[in-house]
Amino acid sequence: MSETVGIEYTKVAEIKGPLMIIDGITKASFDELVEIESTDGERRLGKVLEVGNGKAVVQVFEGTTGLAISGTKAKFLGKTMTMPVSQELLGRVFDGLGRPNDSLPDPVADRFIDVNGEPMNPERREYPTSFIQTGVSVIDGMLTLVRGQKLPIFSGSGMPHNILAAQIARQASVVGTKEDFAVVFAAIGVQYSEAQYFKRSLEESGALRRSVLFLNLADDPAIERIITPRVALTVAEYLAFDLGMHVLAILTDMTNYAEALREISAAREEVPGRKGYPGYLYTDLANNYERAGRIKGKNGSVTQVPILSMPADDITHPIPDLTGYITEGQIVLGRDLFRKGIYPSVNVLMSLSRLMKDGVGEGKTRADHMEVGNQLYDAYSRAQEVRALAEIVGKAGLTGVDLKYLEAGDLFEKHFLKQNQDENRTLEETLGRAWEVLSSLPEGELTKIKEKNVRQYYKGKQ
Amino acid sequence: MVARGRIVWVSGPAVKADGMSSTKMYETVEVGESKLIGEVIRLTGDVGFVQVYESTSGLKPGEPVVGTGQPLSVLLGPGIIGRIYDGIQRPLVEMAQKTGDFIGRGIATTPVDMKKKYKFIPTAKKGEAIQAGSILGTVQETPLLTHSILVPPNYRGGTIRDIANEGEYDINQVIANTEQNGLKTELRMYHKWPVRRPRPYAERYDPSVPLITGQRIIDTYFPIAKGGTGAIPGGFGTGKTVTLHQIAKWADSKVVVYIGCGERGNEMTEVLVEFPHLLDPRSGRPLMERTVLVANTSNMPVAAREASIYTGVTIAEYYRDMGFDVVLVADSTSRWAEALREMSGRLEEMPAEEGYPSYLASRLAEFYERAGRVRALGSPDRAGSVTLVGAVSPSGADFTEPVTTHTIRFIKTFWALDTRLAYSRHYPSINWMQSYSGYLEDVSKWWKQNISADWYELRAESYEILQREDTLKEIVRLLGPEALPDEEKLVLELARMIKIGILQQNSFDNVDTYCSPEKQLKLVRLMIKFYKEAQKALREGTPLSDIRAMPIITTLLKAKFEIPDDQVSKLDDIDKRLTEEFHKSVSQEEAKIVV
Repeated sequence: MSETVGIEYTKVAEIKGPLMIIDGITKASFDELVEIESTDGERRLGKVLEVGNGKAVVQVFEGTTGLAISGTKAKFLGKTMTMPVSQELLGRVFDGLGRPNDSLPDPVADRFIDVNGEPMNPERREYPTSFIQTGVSVIDGMLTLVRGQKLPIFSGSGMPHNILAAQIARQASVVGTKEDFAVVFAAIGVQYSEAQYFKRSLEESGALRRSVLFLNLADDPAIERIITPRVALTVAEYLAFDLGMHVLAILTDMTNYAEALREISAAREEVPGRKGYPGYLYTDLANNYERAGRIKGKNGSVTQVPILSMPADDITHPIPDLTGYITEGQIVLGRDLFRKGIYPSVNVLMSLSRLMKDGVGEGKTRADHMEVGNQLYDAYSRAQEVRALAEIVGKAGLTGVDLKYLEAGDLFEKHFLKQNQDENRTLEETLGRAWEVLSSLPEGELTKIKEKNVRQYYKGKQ
Repeated sequence: MVARGRIVWVSGPAVKADGMSSTKMYETVEVGESKLIGEVIRLTGDVGFVQVYESTSGLKPGEPVVGTGQPLSVLLGPGIIGRIYDGIQRPLVEMAQKTGDFIGRGIATTPVDMKKKYKFIPTAKKGEAIQAGSILGTVQETPLLTHSILVPPNYRGGTIRDIANEGEYDINQVIANTEQNGLKTELRMYHKWPVRRPRPYAERYDPSVPLITGQRIIDTYFPIAKGGTGAIPGGFGTGKTVTLHQIAKWADSKVVVYIGCGERGNEMTEVLVEFPHLLDPRSGRPLMERTVLVANTSNMPVAAREASIYTGVTIAEYYRDMGFDVVLVADSTSRWAEALREMSGRLEEMPAEEGYPSYLASRLAEFYERAGRVRALGSPDRAGSVTLVGAVSPSGADFTEPVTTHTIRFIKTFWALDTRLAYSRHYPSINWMQSYSGYLEDVSKWWKQNISADWYELRAESYEILQREDTLKEIVRLLGPEALPDEEKLVLELARMIKIGILQQNSFDNVDTYCSPEKQLKLVRLMIKFYKEAQKALREGTPLSDIRAMPIITTLLKAKFEIPDDQVSKLDDIDKRLTEEFHKSVSQEEAKIVV
C-alpha cells in the first residue's frame, strides 16, 4: 500500500505530551501507522496505541509541538510501520525513523519489513558457539563474545564506552574466517560529537561501506527514539538472515530509549512500576534485545552490543537491572579504574558473558581458556578483598599468600586489563598475559585449573 | 450457545468486545479475523474483557470475537514428552513449519501427533468397574517412560463394556467403552483438562524422600523433598537459570517440565541442543526422553506468559497421576507476576505494592500449592509427586520486593542467590547463611538409611564451621586475620576449603556438574577429618603455616572435578594420604622437639 492511501480524520480531541487523541474514528487498527499533517502542511508520523469507542490514541514520533486541535489532519495508513530494506542500505546514514539523512536519494527497496519484528521461534534458533576475537584482552580472555550474543556495555557518564564499542566494531573478527562484520549503528539520543566519533572511526578503518547508521541525536524528537532501535534491528535482521551477513548491532544509549518510553507511559497515565518506568519496560526492552541470534540453516548472525549509561553509576537502577535480566551478560565499566587511567576500565567482577562457556575451549579456542578466565576472576576478587583489608590493617597484617594476591591484582590491571585503544591482541597473546598474571601466585592457589593445564602453562616458582 | 461479539476497543494484549453476555469467565475465545487466541478475564454487562495470547498488531474495532465454550485447557495423552510448546501448548516445531523462523499468529495446531500409532497394552478388563483416574492400559511413550492411559479425573465411574486388545492405535481411537446406569462413555488415549483447575488426587502425603539433584549445596545443605516447593531468587548474573538447568538435568525424577517464562530465547535453545545429548546418570538414556519444555520467551506475547505456568503445572500433575515423580522448574515466576501486573493495569484495577495486583499473593499460593506427593485417584494404588521450583528475579536484587516476599511465604526451601558471591565467581552463588530448607529433618532419615548413618552429624559439623567463619569474618574485617588465635585461623582455613571444595560446583565441567550422594558425603567427611587432624596437630605444636602448606589441601580442593563419580574409591586413597601426611608432619614436630 502506498503512503497516499488511507482514511483521513480531522477531529482532534486532545493533544497532550507526545499523544494526540482523535475522535470520530470509524476504521483504525491497533499499531497502525498515522501520518499527521499540521496546519502549515508539515507531515509527521505516529502510531496507534489504543483504539476503540470511536477514539484513537496516537503517539506522535516527532512530538506534538506546533500541532493544533483545529486544522490538523490525521491520515490512517492501513499498515504498521515498515522499513524499506535492500543491499543499498550499506554505507548509508538514516535518521531515527529510518529516513535518509545523508542527502542521497532514497535507496531502492527490496521489500518492506514491519519494524516491530516477530519473535524468533526458539526451536529455530541456532545456539551461538562461534568465538569472536575482539582483540581486547579482558573481553576475549574473560568475557568472550560469541556470534549471535547480546552483550551490553553498562557505563556511566563520561566513561569511554563509545571508544570501547568502536574498538570492538573495528577489530571484531571470527578466527579462521575472512568474513567481516557488517555494522549497524543506532544512535539513540546521543550527542552529536559521540555519533560523529563513531562515524569517523568506521570511516578511518574502512568499515563504513559495510555499515548502516541510524542517528537520533540529543536534539532530535525524543519519541522518535522508540523507533530508532527497531528500524536498526530490522535492518540488522535483514542483512543477517536475508543476505547472510554477520552483523554487529551497536545501540547507544538505551537509557535515552527507556526515558522516551517513560514519557509516553506518563502521558497515558499508566500505573508506574519502579522509578516511574512503565511495568512493561522489561517486555519492551526484551522485544529489542531478543532480536539477536542465529537461525538454523542460515549463515548470518546478529550480535548485539547495546550501550547504556547507568544513572548515578547505579547498577540496580531499573534500566541496567532489567537489561541484565534479558541480555546474555554485561560488560560493566568501573569508575575507580577509569580514574586510575586504565583503559578499558572494565570492572570484571561485575561483568559476565553467559555464552563464554559455549564459545571457548578445546577445538574452539584453547583447552585452558575457560579455566584461566575463572581463575583470573577468582584471583582478582581475592586481590580486591586483600586490598580492602590492607587499607585497614596495613600490609604488615597480611599473610604471605595475601601479599602475592596484591601483586597479582596489580599485574592484572597493568599487564592484562590495560591496553591501547588501537591495540589488537591475538588470543594467544591474551592467554599468555593471563598466565603471566597467574604465575605470580603459588601453584597451589590455582584451584580452578586442571593439573595438566597447570603443568603445561604455569611459569611461576613453586 | 457460544458468544459472538464484536471488538470495541484494543490496546496491546487487552481487547474489549461487546455482545459477550453468554460467555463464561476464563472461557477461551477466538479474536478477530485472524482468530487469535484469547481468554475472557472480566465481564461487565455484555462487554467482555479479553486477554489475547498473540500479538494484536493490526487488530481493529468491529472484528468478531467468538466463544469456544471451553476454558483454557491442555491436551493430555502420549506424545507430550520431548516436545517444546508455547505458553498455550502449541508445539513450536509445527508452528515453525507453518510460519517459518519467526512466530506468526493465529496458528491452529494440535499439541501432539494425533496420527501417530502407539502400542496399547490393556491392563483393565472387560466387566471391571472403573473410577476416575484409573489406569486403562499402557503405551511406551519414550524408551524411558511407560505412559499410563488414565480415565479422566472428572469421569463419574462405570463398568467397562469393552476394551481394545493389545495393538497399535492412534490416540484419537476409542479404546474403551463404559456404561453406568445406561449412560455410555467412550474413552480415548487422551483427555483435556482446564489448566487453571488443579487435578484432583485421593490423598496427600508428607514429602520425605529427597530429590537428589547432584548439586552439593542443595542435596547436602539445603535439600528439597520430592513433592516439595523451592524458590531461587537472585539478581541477574547470579546463576538462577544455570541452577535450574542443573536441577532439570540431574534431578532423580521420572519427568521434568521446564517452563521458560519470559526469559531468553537462547536459553530454551540451549536446552533443546543439550538435552538430547546428555545422558541421565541413572538410566543412561538421553534426558530429552523425560523432558517437556514450555517456552514463552520474553519477546513472545505477554499474556501467554501468564498461561504458561498453568500449562506446565497441569502437564506435571498429569504425569504425577501415573505414579511418577515430576519436577517442574519455572524460570522465572517474576515474569509471570509482571504479566499479571500488566493485565491488571489494563483492567484499571487498584494496584497494591509496586503496581502488582492485590491478588498476586493468592495466585502464588495457589500455584505452589499444586506441588505435593499424593496418592492418585483410581486403581491400581500408586503415589506420585510434583516438585515445584521457581526462580524469582527481584528488581535490583532486592529481596524485599513483592514477588520475593510473597513467594517466600508459600515455599519451604529457599535458595538465596547472592550478587556478591557471584561477583567473586563463587558458583552456585547460593548464600549458605541466608538459605534454608524446611525438609532437612524429613529427608535425613533417607540419607541415614541409604548413604551413611553419620550424614546428619557430618553435615552439621561442616555447617558449623561455615557459621563460625561468618562471625569471625567481622573481626577479620576490623583487625586483620593475624589478630586471631591459630585455632580460629584454622576455622577460616577450613571454611575456605569447604567453600572451594564443596560449595562451589562447576556446572560446565564434565565431572563436577553432577556429584553423587556418596561422593558428596565422602567429600564432607574428608573435610571434617582434615579439620580434626589439623586441630590435633595444632595442639601438638605443629605451626599453622605448616598445615596450610600441606600438599593434600590442593588435592582435597580439586577432588570434586579430578575424581569422577565412578571412581569414588579414590577418595578413600586421599583419606589414607591425609592420615599419612598428618602423621608425617606431627612426627617431624616431635623430632624437632627431641633435637
